[in-house]
Amino acid sequence: MSRSDVLVDADWAEAHIGDPHVVIVEVDEDTSAYDKGHIPGAVKIDWKKDLQDPVRRDFVDKTGFEALLSERGISNDDTVLLYGGNNNWFAAYAYWYFRLYGHDKVLLLDGGRKKWELDSRELSTDVPQRTRTSYTAQEQDRSLRALRDEVIDAIGKRNLVDVRSPDEFTGRLLAPAHLPQEQAQRAGHIPTARNVPWSKAANEDGTFRPDDELRHLYQDEAALDFAKDTIAYCRIGERSAHTWFVLHELLGLPNVKNYDGSWTEYGSLVGVPIELGEAR
Amino acid sequence: MTTDGCGAPAGGVSAPAAAGGQAVVEGKVTREGAAVSTGYARLLGTDDEFVAEVPLGSDGGFRFFAAPGSWTLRVLAPGGLRAERSVEADYGRVTTVNVTV
Repeated sequence: MSRSDVLVDADWAEAHIGDPHVVIVEVDEDTSAYDKGHIPGAVKIDWKKDLQDPVRRDFVDKTGFEALLSERGISNDDTVLLYGGNNNWFAAYAYWYFRLYGHDKVLLLDGGRKKWELDSRELSTDVPQRTRTSYTAQEQDRSLRALRDEVIDAIGKRNLVDVRSPDEFTGRLLAPAHLPQEQAQRAGHIPTARNVPWSKAANEDGTFRPDDELRHLYQDEAALDFAKDTIAYCRIGERSAHTWFVLHELLGLPNVKNYDGSWTEYGSLVGVPIELGEAR
Repeated sequence: MTTDGCGAPAGGVSAPAAAGGQAVVEGKVTREGAAVSTGYARLLGTDDEFVAEVPLGSDGGFRFFAAPGSWTLRVLAPGGLRAERSVEADYGRVTTVNVTV
């Protein structure tokens, strides 16, 4: 796996608009962004309505994922090109999610919606009509996803990478600074976690930094032991999907999991250890 | 306003915020008197440390819920347009920063 196998630039995307074997998919938390204009031919996936179970806190199951992709006209043989706002947070989350259900022909657009907009590239409000397919998903690849007991067991043993902002990591904020701070759970971080904010992996235009700079960031500056397994987390698992993409897909580390329960789960658990302040 | 995710509020921001107990930084971005509705506002800490980013609303608006302190606000817009302002935030206060690019 190399960068060119998983990441494409806007020129590549433009050249593949209308390609019958490539389905461009926008994934945003703010789904109104798609409605205001999207890459021509792109379909929309709502990270919450489409990808989360409406009752339990979990993903839609295999059958639900199959129904979603079939309805959006995505077949098993299609290459799926994902992009979105928030520096591709939710697109990276969807990328990880597609891989979780075994769709390997998936790409991320470098820079996502932001770079596309800042470059003044074409946006369309036309919603494409795609023919329904009969998509077959795999069982979840649990080598990519960490659940809470595994995270607690990993304290002091594996690399734990907290990709939230320093203020969230130290406990001064409970959420990113563009959201209200009224959540009820405790603040802080998982003991032994290193704080490498997701933003350090990205340039100002939302593109990923070069591989050598990324390797230096995690291996030298953050002192991650690349020989150990790694779990990344944030608040709800989408920023950490961005970092999972960097570590697993760009740098090719073999055993990296995303903890999608993240701080909204861990910070609400009774009896688990929490650290405040800087990393120790 | 979305409260259970890490992304932008649906449709950007437009209505004025009541600060409550929070340290709110908000404003609007304009160019030659017109709202800049395509672009991004970034809140940065010392040494350009990234804190948060939001897409501009249809009225050019942005809003952050920051920790108290000194921040840099940077605006990016198509055509290589950029602007920067220093801003102070404190609990219980709405700090308004209007930016022209």
